[in-house]
Amino acid sequence: MSTIVLLALTGLGLGALYFLIASGLSLIFGLADVLNFAHGLFLAVGAYGTWWAAGHLPGAGASGAGFWLAVLFGVAAGALAGVLVELVLIRPLYARPIEQVLVTVGLGLAGVALLRAVWGSDPRQFPKPSWAAGTTGVLGAQVPNDRFLLIGAAAVVLVALLAFLRRTRYGLVVRAGVEDRAMVAALGINVRVAFTLVFAIGGAAAALAGALGGVYFGNVTPGQGGSLLIFAFIVVVIGGMGSVPGSAVAAVLVGLVQQFANYYTGAGVGEASVVLLLAAVLLARPAGLAGRTA
Amino acid sequence: MNDTTAAAPLLELADVHVRIAGSHILQGIGFSVPAQGVTALLGRNGAGKTTTVKAILGLVPRTGSIKVGGVETVGRPTHAIVRLGLGYAPEDRGIFAGLTVAENLRLAERGGEPRYDLVHELFPELRKRAGQRAGTLSGGQQQMVAIGRTLLNENRILLVDEPTKGLAPRIVTEVAEALERAASAVPILLVEQNLHLVRRIAGRVVVVEQGAVAHAGGADLLEDAARTRELLGVGRAR
Repeated sequence: MSTIVLLALTGLGLGALYFLIASGLSLIFGLADVLNFAHGLFLAVGAYGTWWAAGHLPGAGASGAGFWLAVLFGVAAGALAGVLVELVLIRPLYARPIEQVLVTVGLGLAGVALLRAVWGSDPRQFPKPSWAAGTTGVLGAQVPNDRFLLIGAAAVVLVALLAFLRRTRYGLVVRAGVEDRAMVAALGINVRVAFTLVFAIGGAAAALAGALGGVYFGNVTPGQGGSLLIFAFIVVVIGGMGSVPGSAVAAVLVGLVQQFANYYTGAGVGEASVVLLLAAVLLARPAGLAGRTA
Repeated sequence: MNDTTAAAPLLELADVHVRIAGSHILQGIGFSVPAQGVTALLGRNGAGKTTTVKAILGLVPRTGSIKVGGVETVGRPTHAIVRLGLGYAPEDRGIFAGLTVAENLRLAERGGEPRYDLVHELFPELRKRAGQRAGTLSGGQQQMVAIGRTLLNENRILLVDEPTKGLAPRIVTEVAEALERAASAVPILLVEQNLHLVRRIAGRVVVVEQGAVAHAGGADLLEDAARTRELLGVGRAR
C-alpha cells in the first residue's frame, strides 16, 4: 500500500510539473495557433532565474521567504521572456506557420546554447528549502515534501487560470479566441493583446515549472526544458488543444501512467506507455479529452 | 458599373479587389450604402457577396478604397474598422459555441451603455437562455445571438450576411421583424437570397456578378420578374 501511495503522489507531482508547462503551451496553441517549440526555454529561464536570484538577488535565498522571492524573480523572468518572444519573433509571423515553427525551434536551440555558454553544461545544484528536503508520512509511505510542493503549486495555478478564463474580460476573449479569433476581431476586440497575454501567462507558468522542477530534480541543466517539453506536448494533445482543464486531467494521467509503468515493468517503459496512451486517446477522441475549448 | 447616391453615403467602396489563393474574387467592385434604410447585396452563389462583406471588415486581404463615414479603412486591422461603428452578423453566425448566450453578448460590448433592453425586447428568448451554452441553441436562436450582438452597441451600420439561411419560416419572420426594427435606427447592408424578405425590408439593391456590380438601384427592380431572373437566375417568388 505504501508503495502505491508513494508512486501515486510522485506521479501526481510529475503530472503537476507537466501541467505547469502544458497549460501555457495549450493556451498559446489554442488561441494563436502557434506550436511553440521554444516553450522549454521559458522553463529554463525560470529555473536559471530562480537559481541565480537565490545566490545574487538581495533578500532572496535558498530558504524561507528568500526562496519564494527567488521563485518570484524566476517566474517574472519567464513571463518577460514570453512577452518578448511574442512581440519580437512571433508577431511578425502570424500568417506564416512554417516560419513560426522554424523560429521557435531555432530559439529553443539557441537558448539552450546560450545557457550552456554562460553557465556551462554541468548540472547546477538548485536551492532546496529544508522543509522541501524532508518527508511526510501518508498511509504508511514516507513521501518527499517536494511532491506536495509541485501538486500544490499546480492546483493554485489551475484555480487561478480557470478564474482568469471564466471571470475576467480578457479570459472571455481568450476562450472565444480559441474557438474563432477572426470573429473576436470582428466584434471590435484587439485579439493580439490576448496573444501577448497568453504568452506571458505561458511563460510564467513554465518558469514556475522550471523553478519547482529544480527543487524536484535537485539541480538545473540547460537541456532540462527540452526533455520535459516532449511530455508537455503529449499532455496538450491528450487534453485537447486550448483546454486548460483538459491539460490538467491529461497531465495527471500521463504522470501516473509513467510512474507506475516505470516501477512495475522497467525503466523506460513508462515513457513508451505514455506514447501508447497518446495513441489510444487520439483513436478514441481525435480532438483530445476536452476538444478545443479553453 | 458603379453607383452613386445623392445623400452622403455612410459606406463607400471603390475599385475593391480581393485575391485569395490565386482566385480573383472581387474585381473592382464599387458601390455605396446610404446612411439610412436597408441596402440588399444580391447575386448568384459565388458572385462575391460574402467576400465583399469580409473585405469591408478587413477579414480578407483587399486593395482599393473602402470608406466608413468618410474614413479610409483599407490597411486598418479588423478590430479598428469595427470600432468605427460596424456591427457584423456573419453567414455562419459566428457564435462561440463553448460560451454561454450571456457571454457571447458580453463579448460584443464595446464601451458605452450596452443596449440589453433592446436586444431582450426583440429576442426575449435570449434572456431566458442566458446561461445556456450557445453551441446547444437551435439555428434560429443562434441567429438571434448573432443579430443581438450587432444591436448591443450604437453602431453606424450593420453588415448582416444571410440571416435567414436554413431557418424555419416562423423564425424568419421574427428575424425580419428585428431587422426591420433595427433598420429604423441604423442602416443595414444585407446579404440575402430570400427575395421575399428583401422586398419586404430593403429600399435599395446592389447586384453582384463575378466580383463586380452588375446593377444598383431601387428595390423595385425585384418587381420585374424578367430582369430579376436575368440578374439573379431566380424567379419572383423565393
